[in-house]
Order: sequence, then structure tokens, then C-alpha cells
Amino acid sequence: MESLSAPPPIRRLDPQDPPPAREVGPGATTNGNGGAAPARGGFTAAKRRVAAPRFSIRRMEVDEVSIHYGAKAAVKGVSLPIRQGEVLALIGPSGCGKTTLLRSLNRLTELTAAARLSGSIRLDDVDIRLIEPTLLRRRVTMVFQQPNPFPMSVFDNIAYVLREQGSRRTKKKALAPRVHSALQRAGLFEEVKDNLSHPALKLSGGQQQRLCIARALAAEPEVLLLDEPCSALDPQSTAVIEDLIVKLRDDVAVVIVTHNLQQAYRIADHVAFMYLGDLVEYNSATRLFNAPAEERTREYVSGAFG
Amino acid sequence: MEPSVATPPPGRPPAAPPRGKAPTGAVEGSATWSVLDRLGLAFCWALGLLFCAIAVAIVVYLFLQGVKFLKLDQLTTPAATGFSETQTGGFSDALVGTLIVATMGIALALPTGIAIAVWLVEYGRPAALARVTELTIEAIAGIPSIVLALFGTVIFSSTALGFLSRSNEGVVFGRSFFAAAAMLSLVALPLVVASTRQGLESIPRHVREASYAVGKTKAATVRRILLPTARPQVATGMILGLGRIIGDTAIILVLLGATQNFAPVEGAVFPFDYLRGAGTTLTNFVYEASPTGNLNQPQKAYAAAFVLLLMVLGLNAAADLVHRRARKAGTWSH
Ligand SMILES: Nc1ncnc2c1ncn2[C@@H]1O[C@H](COP(=O)(O)OP(=O)(O)OP(=O)(O)O)[C@@H](O)[C@H]1O
Ligand SMILES: [Mg+2]
Repeated sequence: MESLSAPPPIRRLDPQDPPPAREVGPGATTNGNGGAAPARGGFTAAKRRVAAPRFSIRRMEVDEVSIHYGAKAAVKGVSLPIRQGEVLALIGPSGCGKTTLLRSLNRLTELTAAARLSGSIRLDDVDIRLIEPTLLRRRVTMVFQQPNPFPMSVFDNIAYVLREQGSRRTKKKALAPRVHSALQRAGLFEEVKDNLSHPALKLSGGQQQRLCIARALAAEPEVLLLDEPCSALDPQSTAVIEDLIVKLRDDVAVVIVTHNLQQAYRIADHVAFMYLGDLVEYNSATRLFNAPAEERTREYVSGAFG
Repeated sequence: MEPSVATPPPGRPPAAPPRGKAPTGAVEGSATWSVLDRLGLAFCWALGLLFCAIAVAIVVYLFLQGVKFLKLDQLTTPAATGFSETQTGGFSDALVGTLIVATMGIALALPTGIAIAVWLVEYGRPAALARVTELTIEAIAGIPSIVLALFGTVIFSSTALGFLSRSNEGVVFGRSFFAAAAMLSLVALPLVVASTRQGLESIPRHVREASYAVGKTKAATVRRILLPTARPQVATGMILGLGRIIGDTAIILVLLGATQNFAPVEGAVFPFDYLRGAGTTLTNFVYEASPTGNLNQPQKAYAAAFVLLLMVLGLNAAADLVHRRARKAGTWSH
């Protein structure tokens, strides 16, 4: 567990609850940057530092999903919505099934021979089992815990995603605008624009992870899955990526797994707390951290276990 | 064994004088170790030095002999029958023969080996078939090449494969560059498979998944991510395999006809006339020219062995280059 001491402020505080799921057009703009540092020691004293979502559109629907590895249940009957315009954080102690649930959202669990899924997951009201996996995985892309750029240049990492499967026919020149825009969306372009042929594995860890985010964004997904994307990074890179995630939420539905409760509190609009495969509580971030409905949630967020 | 227990390992500089404020050179010394550990260390050093010495001795000796006896015209004149050193020519046919079997052998072994390794590591289903494949490769690796050669004579003397060698009134000779290269590729195959597998297996799983997670198929991932990443290990396997091919003698003796010159098949189109015919390689020439061989010209044997050695050293340097390039590209933390 990371300590709950105050991280650097990211954006202007807005103590308001995220609105419940309802479809709203773009409304109030986000506020400018402020600076109030949160008090130490707990969430009640700290204030959320992310503006309320301007709108939220339900994109994915997890419906009574259970996942078994052989006889072992890793996820038990979880139901929750995933909305564009919001960031959803999955929290819970190690081994509670966060990664398993996340990977099931783009059918990566199917790569594990022993994994069995029941229940249904829908993307825009279509069961994902009916969507061809490679198409689904371009609509629902994923960023992993360990930064894992491919061993090629920065440019080629993005170009690989843009090109048809294993083809190399599309000319670099034709791809350049889309490569640049993906890097821009991931906030990496300014740092790498002078040398796009730099080997990606020679970037810093934080840059590598943003390159992975750029790669995931290059497919123009509707949902972005992040599995502990900052766990291998220093606080500064973490802050940059958190900022980026919040910026992305209007364009893609973001689901992030994190062990850092402060991080969940900082950037998430809704939080799902899982424990031993069960979804214990799904609530808005402010409520889940400040006034949890469940006793186990209260114990977890106050650092009693996990 | 010469280095006494107290001798510090050679090559380690004496404790450097303190630079600036921070004292340097504070490394763990073996002085605090138990006697047994120190003996062990001394033994390791002694063995290491011994093997270095043996390797250096071989290379230096061959180098000296080679430089002394190698004449450039030996590389361009074929062997001939004659009564004196000057009349018997050089070993150009053997040199070209080595290049031919190496090229043909690796051209068969490399794609097959890579394909087998990719299948084993990335697909490997059904598991029973994968296990059988694995065992087969291990078995091939364990078969002495003379046995492979014998087996080759059976296969390539069959009438169905007569087009791969010379045949005379329905009797298939069964010895040719095709036959030798095919069996030599089996010698190289296990090395290519093992090395490529190792390269693929060292790629973390999440790297593959990162490719699948942007909608790439397994085939695209293998082609564009996994094989390029494993390139240094593939190169290592290829070079080890080449080394075994150009170093093999048994298969050449049995399956290449062990002539002193090319013996092309008359009437066939180039290059098939040569490839279907018998021939020789450097190893075969060294054998024949050694004091036990028919030619008994030890000086030319040294010259040919020297050329062989240069080829192997060249291959190693190439492998080194590939590895160094790959290191420059960086790697993942696991
Ligand atoms: N490939 C697998 N085969 C068998 N069991 C697995 C596999 N992957 C995960 N599990 C099991 O499923 C359960 C949930 O694992 P999962 O990785 O989803 O947890 P997690 O919440 O992501 O944990 P962490 O916070 O440590 O990453 C664990 O008990 C784990 O042992
Ligand atoms: Mg996990």
C-alpha cells in the first residue's frame, strides 16, 4: 500500500458528485487550475481534484459476469456500467479479480486456456462474443502494468497499430499525420517529435507508458482499459499520466485498475471495489471514499486491509 | 594447479586510490571466505585459464601454420593428381563445396527450424503433438552424424529420389550435394530450433498481449513483433548450425562421394549438373590431406584447416554484431 500522504495537486478541486448515469450533452467547461493541497490522513479531509464529468454515455455493460480459472472463481457475478465521459476505477486487494475482469472486456481472457466466462458483456448493446476478437480489441484497447513498447522506433510502434495486420505496405508518409495525432493525444509528441526514429525501449519509463497509451489510442478505441498503468512509474510521470487520463475521458470510456487509492480518488468518477471476486460496492468516487455504503469498503479505504 | 589460494584473481586492479571524497574499491574480497570457498574459486580460475590457454594455443598454432602454408593460388586451383606439391594444385573445389553445402543446408534448416520453434512456442496444440515434436528434435540432435549419413544413403538411393543424384542404368548413386545438404540440414536443425525457441520464450507474455490488445492476429504478432525481437537468437542458432555443417565430415564422406573434385552429371542443366554430382568440402580435404589420408600433404591440410577456422571465426563475429545491435535497441523489464 502506498502511504496516503498528499500527492501534488493535479487540477482544480470540485467537490461536486459526478452525476448519475444519464445522457447529457457537453455542459459546463472544466475549471482552471487551482492549488489547494488536500489535508493529510484521509479522504474526508481531502477534496476531489477532478471536475465533474460534463456528460456520460453508457458504452459497455457488464452483466452478471463470472470468470473461472478451472475450478477457481476469480470473478463472481459482477455487474456494472462503463461510461464515456467518465473514468471508472477498479480497486481491491491483490488477487480479487480486477485484472481478470478488465481483460475480459476485450476478450483477452480467452488467451488463457483455462479461463471460462459466464454472463454477458455488451458494447453498445452488442454482446462482445458476437464481435470478431480483432475488431473488438481495436474498439476496446488495453494498456498494461509494465511499459511494453515494441522493440522498434517510436514511429513504428504507432504505425504498427495503424497498419493492416502484418502488412507494411502503407507508406510512412501517409501514416505520419495519424501517428503524430496519437502521440499528441498521449501527451508525448512534444518530447519525441524531433526524433521519431528513436528506439522506443530507450525512452524513460514514463515516456514508454505514454507511448503505450498512444499506441492504444491509435486504434481509435471507444473504451480504454488501463491495468495499473502507473505502478512502475515515479510520481511525476504518474501525475502526467493521471492528467492525461482525465483529459481522455470525454472521447473514450476509461477503465483503470489501481492499487493507489489516492489515485482512484483523484481521477475516477465512479469506483468499483472488489473483494475476493465479488463486486462489493460500485459508487461515485466521492461517496465510495467519503461515505461508503458497505462496511468492507469502509475498512478497505481506511487502510484496514489490503 | 598454479595459482595459490592467496593469489588475487588476475585482471582485478589493485584497490584504486580514493577519488574525491568517496572511497572506491570497496569490493567484497575473498579474504573473508572459508577455505573451501577459496579453493573452489581458485579451481574455477584455474580451469578458466586452462581452457583459455587451450583455445588460444589451437588458434595461434593453426594461424601460424596457416599463414606459413596457405598460398592464395590454392584457393583458386582445384586439386589435381601429380607427383609433387606443385603438381597437385590447391583446394578450390573443396572451398566452393563447403560454401555450397553450407548455403543449401542452412537454407533448408533455417526456415524449417524457425517454423518449428514458432509452432512450439506460440501454438503448441495439441500438447501431445508438441511433446512428440520436441522429443523428435532432441532425438535428431542426439544422433551421430555418421548414422544420419547412413540413413541418407538409404533414402537417396531410392528410385523416386533418383533425380537428386547420378543414376546409371536404373541404379541410383545416392550421393550428391542435394543428399549431403539435406542430411546436414538435420544436423543444424536442432540448433536453430533451440536457439529460436529460447529467443521467443524470453519475450514477456505481456508484450504479445499488447499486440493482441490492439487487434493484431497471432500471425501478425509473430511476423512483426516476435521474430524481429528474437532475431539475435535466430542468428545465433543459424551460426551454430552453419558451424556444425561446415565442420561435419561423416556426412560428406558418405553422402557427397568424397571425390577430390566436382563430378558434375553430364547432360544436366547448370547448376543441377554440379548439385546432382559428387564433390568435396574443406573438412574432407583436410582429412584426405592429413598424414592418414590418401593425399598425405599435411601442409595443404593446415592451409585448408586455416581457411575453415577463418570461416568459423567470421561467423562468430557476425553473431556478435547482431547481438550488439539488438542490445542497442533495449529490452523490457520483466
Ligand atoms: N492465468 C491464470 N490461471 C489461473 N488462475 C489465475 C490466472 N490469472 C489469475 N488467476 C487467479 O485469479 C484470481 C484473480 O487474479 P487477478 O489477476 O484478476 O487479480 P488482481 O485483482 O488483478 O490482482 P493484483 O492486484 O495483484 O493484480 C487470483 O486468485 C489469481 O490467482
Ligand atoms: Mg492485476
